[in-house]
Amino acid sequence: MSVVETKALVKRFGDVVAVNSIDLRIEEGEFLVLLGPSGSGKTSLLRMVAGLEKPSDGQILIGGKDVTFMPPRARNLSMVFQSYALYPHMNVFRNISFPLKAEGLPYEERKKKVEWAASIFGIEHLLHRKPRQLSGGQRQRVALARAVVREPGVFLLDEPLSNLDAQLRATARDEIKQFQRRIGTTTIYVTHDQVEAMGMGDRIAVMHLGNMHQLGTPQELYREPADTFVATFLGSPPMNLVKKDSCIIGFHPEHFLPEDVLHPETATFSFAFEVTRVEYLGADRFLYGMVQGAEGPTRIISKVPSLVTLNFEAGRKYTFVVQESDLKYFDHASGKRIPPLPFTTVEPTAQAVVS
Amino acid sequence: MPAVLYIVLLVGVPFALSIAYSFSDVTIGDQSIDFVGLETYERVVDNPVFQTSLVNNFRFTLFSQVLVTTLSIILALALAQDFPGKWFFRFLILLPWVTPIALGTVGWLYMLDTIYSPFDYVLRELGFLANVEGKGGFVRGLTDSLQSLGLVESDTALKLNCQVRGEREVCFFNMQWLGQDQTALGSVIAVHVWRMLPLSTVIVLAGLTSIPKDIRDAVAVDGVGHLRAFFEVTLPLIAPITGIATLFGLIYTFTDVTVIAVLTKGNPANETQVLPYWAYLKGIQGTNLAEGAAIALFMFPFLLVIAVLVLRFISRREVT
Ligand SMILES: Nc1ncnc2c1ncn2[C@@H]1O[C@H](COP(=O)(O)OP(=O)(O)OP(=O)(O)O)[C@@H](O)[C@H]1O
Ligand SMILES: [Mg+2]
Repeated sequence: MSVVETKALVKRFGDVVAVNSIDLRIEEGEFLVLLGPSGSGKTSLLRMVAGLEKPSDGQILIGGKDVTFMPPRARNLSMVFQSYALYPHMNVFRNISFPLKAEGLPYEERKKKVEWAASIFGIEHLLHRKPRQLSGGQRQRVALARAVVREPGVFLLDEPLSNLDAQLRATARDEIKQFQRRIGTTTIYVTHDQVEAMGMGDRIAVMHLGNMHQLGTPQELYREPADTFVATFLGSPPMNLVKKDSCIIGFHPEHFLPEDVLHPETATFSFAFEVTRVEYLGADRFLYGMVQGAEGPTRIISKVPSLVTLNFEAGRKYTFVVQESDLKYFDHASGKRIPPLPFTTVEPTAQAVVS
Repeated sequence: MPAVLYIVLLVGVPFALSIAYSFSDVTIGDQSIDFVGLETYERVVDNPVFQTSLVNNFRFTLFSQVLVTTLSIILALALAQDFPGKWFFRFLILLPWVTPIALGTVGWLYMLDTIYSPFDYVLRELGFLANVEGKGGFVRGLTDSLQSLGLVESDTALKLNCQVRGEREVCFFNMQWLGQDQTALGSVIAVHVWRMLPLSTVIVLAGLTSIPKDIRDAVAVDGVGHLRAFFEVTLPLIAPITGIATLFGLIYTFTDVTVIAVLTKGNPANETQVLPYWAYLKGIQGTNLAEGAAIALFMFPFLLVIAVLVLRFISRREVT
């Protein structure tokens, strides 16, 4: 169990800057998620921490020790690969016990540890099978068991659930989170799935094109996105962004509601919302439609809870409002978050109302 | 269907014909096939050259293939590393394979020449090979001591070679690589290994590069040492393709005559004689087709065993 730190970490592949000067500090026992779209440099960053890739610049510290130039095995960490990377010619038992051999443990102790690791993930009955005789979910558990068996200081997981079907993924997510809590090992978890990230991470680092856009708890990221990239990457559906003259305003679909529903005790901001499509999703209704932005109509979404029984029809216009406290403001050019602007400067196109 | 026809015409017919020949007394002069039972076989087996050839055939094949397989794994491991100029070294390794083999072997004929062998020259310069004054010489000394221990027959010592140069007669000791029992077979094997190594290396290299990167990374993270990683992960993963390459190498080498035909023609005194070349000598040069066919057929059981092994190997890999 160790603190992991990266200092101004850079990775270049030729002209591509895969990781651009990342400073991170992952606390002892923390579950940190690296979240970002494909090609954002998550894997590159993780592999540098693992020691599988040499940094172009910067430093990596594990447990306070500079390990930048140390080989993986000197770092006391274990990794779960997206492909699981099980040794195809070894049965499950030998797969799990392989890292223990490196430590020179006698057979009896190895056996005990393998059984312990296997029991965590409920695969005791599979110990004599070869990887190709296992289902995807079982392979994933073997990979996890192989990672925990050594009781490493750090766990690195690179999209370990992406090969599973949706249902298995949900249960596996739960299991991983639970066992991580139980054994309290510092964990870095890579994913491009924001639902996974929000559900599992103590903190999330959002990456895009090699840069870290924001680091924070799931709540912080959701409530106070640092820029438009983070705002649109999180949440399903993501935050609505509407261009105004001098800035971009953002608000979550669930905060964009018919004016009759919100009790206008606070300042609100209202739009003429033209509904183009209505989607029923059990507990909620999604209304897809347009509002007028500074540069013409903008597509946005409203998420209306089922408590609201009002009727909406495609093709009609309604007045929808957002509480002022739920509005985020972003800079036009950089997309960075800016302090709330006074209403009057935002006013012209939509009818801003202070009630 | 064309495939079946092809096999019947090009494999089945000659095979049936050679079986028929081996039970007859056919020669190139008299091509009528008269059945003589096992008489030809008896004659072949009774010939002392048969036993030498049979033993040599196995020695030649097994030693060559063990060396080829071992060296090709080492070479492939080295070539799989990332280093500057890697493509150039890969090209160099492949060179013997792209040279016409007879040509390459003729080159070796010079390298191993009785008098002008560059190896001898180097050995002599390094003082390993005695010069005319009879000064020491490591090889000379070694051979002497082996002789005194009775491990080497006495007449196989290093040969003295004298030439008239101007007014003086100059004498050298030479290894006579292809002229001595011990070194002849060794030389033939070495040249054959030189020749077979490229293909085997390329096959093993293909096996190495087909190991998924994630597996290699997992090994690195799991932290086992290089030796254990090699024996417990790399070797088992390249074993199937290396095994197939080895079995095919065995079949090929067992029936191959190129190197022996060019270098020694089975000499000295049949010390490097092998069944396929002897079959050629008897059957074609000696015009006794029946004996040639019988000799060649003695190779069949061995080849059959290897072929069955190949097939079992392939099908087992598919199942497990
Ligand atoms: N070995 C490599 N050689 C050259 N470029 C590379 C290499 N590995 C990664 N890259 C580049 O670096 C960038 C970041 O890649 P990386 O694999 O870290 O992204 P990622 O966030 O893990 O994406 P994904 O979600 O698709 O796995 C990409 O532009 C990629 O093309
Ligand atoms: Mg990746």
